[in-house]
Amino acid sequence: MEFAELIRTGQAQAELLRGPEEPPLRGTLCITGHHLLLSPEPQATPDLWLLLLRNVDSIEKRVAGDSGTITLRCKDLRVLQLDIDGVEATLDIARSIEALSSLESVITSFPFFYRPKGLRLGDAWHFHPPECYYKRVARETNAWRLSEANEDFSLCPSYPRAVIVPRAVDDSALARSARFRQGGRFPVLSYYHAPSGTVLLRAGQPLTGPQKRRCSEDEELLRGVLAGARPGARGFIVDTRSPQAAKQARMTGGGTEAKAAYPGWKRLHRPLERGRPLQESFVHLVEACGDVEQSMDRWLNRLESCRWLSHVKETLSTACLAAQSMEQEGACVLVHGADGTDSTLLITSLAQLILDPLSRTMAGFQELIEREWIQAGHPFQLRCAHSAFSHARPKHEAPTFLLFLDCVWQLGRQFPLSLEFGEGMLLALFDHAYASPFGTFLCNNEKERCLCEVRTRTHSLWSGLSQPKEQRKLRNPLYVPNPLAIWPSAEPQSLRLWQGLFLRGTRPPEPSEVAWEKVWQIVTDQEKTEGSQPTDSASEPRP
Amino acid sequence: MEHIRTTKVEQVKLLDRFSTSNKSLTGTLYLTATHLLFIDAHQKETWILHHHIASVEKLALTTSGCPLVIQCKNFRTVHFIVPRERDCHDIYNSLLQLSKQAKYEDLYAFSYNPKQNDAERLQGWELIDLAEEYQRMGVPNSNWQLSDANRDYKICETYPRELYVPRIASKPIIVGSSKFRSKGRFPVLSYYHQSKEAAICRCSQPLSGFSARCLEDEHLLQAISKANPANRYMYVMDTRPRLNAMANRAAGKGYENEDNYSNIRFQFVGIENIHVMRSSLQKLLEVNGTKGLSVNDFYSGLESSGWLRHIKAVMDAAIFLAKAIAAESASVLVHCSDGWDRTSQVCSLGSLLLDPYYRTVRGFMVLIEKDWISFGHKFSERCGHLDGDPKEVSPVFTQFLECVWHLTEQFPQAFEFNEAFLLQIHEHIHSCQFGNFIGNCQKEREELKLKEKTYSLWPFLLDDQKKYLNPLYGSQSQKSAVLEPNTVSFNFKFWRNMFHQFDRTLHPRQSVFNIIMNMNEQNKQLETDIKDLESQIKQRKNKQTDGILSKELLNSVRPESPALKATLSLKEQTLLPVNDVLRTIEGSSPADNRYSEYADEFSKAEPAVVSLEYGVARMTC
Repeated sequence: MEFAELIRTGQAQAELLRGPEEPPLRGTLCITGHHLLLSPEPQATPDLWLLLLRNVDSIEKRVAGDSGTITLRCKDLRVLQLDIDGVEATLDIARSIEALSSLESVITSFPFFYRPKGLRLGDAWHFHPPECYYKRVARETNAWRLSEANEDFSLCPSYPRAVIVPRAVDDSALARSARFRQGGRFPVLSYYHAPSGTVLLRAGQPLTGPQKRRCSEDEELLRGVLAGARPGARGFIVDTRSPQAAKQARMTGGGTEAKAAYPGWKRLHRPLERGRPLQESFVHLVEACGDVEQSMDRWLNRLESCRWLSHVKETLSTACLAAQSMEQEGACVLVHGADGTDSTLLITSLAQLILDPLSRTMAGFQELIEREWIQAGHPFQLRCAHSAFSHARPKHEAPTFLLFLDCVWQLGRQFPLSLEFGEGMLLALFDHAYASPFGTFLCNNEKERCLCEVRTRTHSLWSGLSQPKEQRKLRNPLYVPNPLAIWPSAEPQSLRLWQGLFLRGTRPPEPSEVAWEKVWQIVTDQEKTEGSQPTDSASEPRP
Repeated sequence: MEHIRTTKVEQVKLLDRFSTSNKSLTGTLYLTATHLLFIDAHQKETWILHHHIASVEKLALTTSGCPLVIQCKNFRTVHFIVPRERDCHDIYNSLLQLSKQAKYEDLYAFSYNPKQNDAERLQGWELIDLAEEYQRMGVPNSNWQLSDANRDYKICETYPRELYVPRIASKPIIVGSSKFRSKGRFPVLSYYHQSKEAAICRCSQPLSGFSARCLEDEHLLQAISKANPANRYMYVMDTRPRLNAMANRAAGKGYENEDNYSNIRFQFVGIENIHVMRSSLQKLLEVNGTKGLSVNDFYSGLESSGWLRHIKAVMDAAIFLAKAIAAESASVLVHCSDGWDRTSQVCSLGSLLLDPYYRTVRGFMVLIEKDWISFGHKFSERCGHLDGDPKEVSPVFTQFLECVWHLTEQFPQAFEFNEAFLLQIHEHIHSCQFGNFIGNCQKEREELKLKEKTYSLWPFLLDDQKKYLNPLYGSQSQKSAVLEPNTVSFNFKFWRNMFHQFDRTLHPRQSVFNIIMNMNEQNKQLETDIKDLESQIKQRKNKQTDGILSKELLNSVRPESPALKATLSLKEQTLLPVNDVLRTIEGSSPADNRYSEYADEFSKAEPAVVSLEYGVARMTC
């Protein structure tokens, strides 16, 4: 294995600083191909697996005298500080970490080597294929069919093998519509809202170009959608770009649906931030959250100017708009931006959480993420290559998935009883999306995952999360199934900074964790007392 | 009643404050001697106490009628549209008169009658006994004694009759010191920390000017530090910004000169004055009352209002105070200008950090009685109970409550009471429904004969205690400890449930607290049930050794628990009709059942479908 060449020093004496409250921990620091670990001095104590090297976002090294300090800033926003004996050792360790943490190759990454006890390869990978969701849809309506036109990923590399499309449209029409859409992403069903009989679709932008091209199959497809819903149904196209941006996209071959070509459909523009500005917003927010000395005014000023909460607000209210169009206006909704792999997924997945009680359960939420993010082709590898601390010039990074998790967190805060999963689940998803021993978030789309054999050679995160010992952390003890739509407030007064995530590194979370533990205790007490019966000893007659 | 020209107006519309469309509820508006009442088509009642009204505004006539905007001191804002301008004008004029009373005797408390007899009322007033509280702290003792110097309010009108001072401070020293202090408010004991033997004392600024000194005052301070055997020096905290204190010197007031007082450590902590606080709140309310507010405008507004900065300043001062006592065992003397605003904030918060007793329901009442009511925080002027000088109004007590709220957020298990308790108290400092907060000092309250003519709030809160309990209270570590809050800026948040208490569309629609509370209660209930049944079985077994009976008994009780659970979950799932949800406004009923309504508001775990506007209305047209 070529890892050995990258490891300049395998070991060094070091001291881990653990905040002002606790004493530093001394021991031997070891670097392996994927991990950094510390064997504490008294031999009896077990090794401490400090982190997955892939998790390192930036390294800062400082040497003074005959020792050095390394500060590791991680993708999950934690910060680790190590004092290392010896200048050479410090530099070597820093260089080794640098090299090992930035390996690009997918198949040498840790998930391909991770073989935990109690899990079998292949478990839970076939939990959520599109077929499962189709079965749910087919129970309600027969206007849709499962098409395997993309079996060999030839129509669209970022779609899964099977997609749900209107029954009236055949595979050849799909192929032509695919050629008319960015990335081959022709309109497919994302969610069927049974109570209103309406559907949520997603796609890439139409390639109208400066000549305002049209595609009759694409038009037919959308006509079929309305016809399948109910006679006289209307539809809304939610374009996640501003009208100007959509118009400008025509110059580069993209564009947006012309009014005349799609009767019954009405276009709405709801500009959402994406790409580099979103990444910068994330970076600025994390920067502001790292400064404990700043004054009140400075903090509020930075919270405002990073604009992160504005993005949360815009995202939530656009998702509500889509959900409301379906539930209250009885209209079908098609969402797309440019590529249809970022803000589009943000809106479709959030709209489902608002409308669909099933997606708010533990299993349903995992299914939603698998279906609407992983299989829908959100390029996790590109988007999550670096987090907020990296000094590298951002290329394709964007915290779109984090924005989704933040919005879900806001939903959970406003409806604390309606989500089966708790904050712990969202934090875990964030951590695993950026660096994980599991294969679930590897690669950018299904095609790549097939090529790398991710499904057969790595473990699925979902089987990792279903371990009984994880449940207390992940579940919401107060969950009560709620059959209704949950409409959040998107007013600035109702939104809050997600402290559990963004202040991870700066704030001791103990009191709230203790409180959480207390809630668990009360809930389990409740189950216990309800299930209990008079003890045997009490029913025995006294002598 | 001469002010009421119209008692009833029909077809009045009530607009939602934050709705972007013009959805409204239509109903009837009634004007009573004490309340404004709106009953909508669903028979939903909205009560607004006249004393809660901060301002009434009549906007320009529109096609649908004449708009009337009412802003309340509990941060409720209602927007009516009255069809006829004449009616609107009448109501407007009546409210202007009714909301500003000229005499104490016209306040609601003097006519409010919760159907209690005189004995019960008196008992209510005796519920909180400050002499008992000083005893709990451990005074009088060998170093501190009760002074009778102010028995007839001769030395200081705004202090209570009973004052605790160092044993070695003689009456001439006290009298001399009081002459050297603004409004005669000389240094007295506010809180005594028994195990550290250190004291929190309070006073007003010295009349030092540029060079004046007063030997008696210096002696009194020395007596205070001598009363603390653990530490030689004491802190003197001037809670004002240095510049303000310096400016006061020109007016013959000022601050202690360290050269004249032996063994003091002097410290400014920089809390702004009541005028700055008033305009800060004003700015904050302007920002959060804006329709269609953007996130950026909200945060820049929050920043420029300075509100959270002021909250942090008060908190920092209290922490400094608590640290001096807990870590250094040093006594602290706190003052500002007159020693009844910032001083009350800092002394009470500091004691709250130090002493877990003040974090209980009853202890918190005692704390308010002691540091705020008895030491002469001018509630009537600060809350604008009477038609008086608007420059005297200031949200000093509101800030105190907000600081406590921030503490409950940081230490979720350290307080016996919950947020609803704080909001309820805030409601009543303005309501004038009870006598506690009427008047500006004890002397005035005695002259008004409040204990004979009005009722005390505390017994009513205690009767309803259940609604105000924190189900998470009780972790030993947080319960007994000195709280050391972290005041990094991130920890200060906009208190939505205070400032948008009545804006239902901004609320989270499910409350965790009540669910946990219910569960906790059920656990306790079920446990006692089990114990009861077990003892019943025992008894029966003793009577007859027939084993079958106990089995029967067992079976007969088992079905109970699932039934209980079913009722619980049913309650949570009660669905509201879609239209009903816009009944955003709901409020204080005339009688004391205001609490119950309020708590219901909070507890409704309604997963309701709420019609919010995300832009559909605009796009469909």
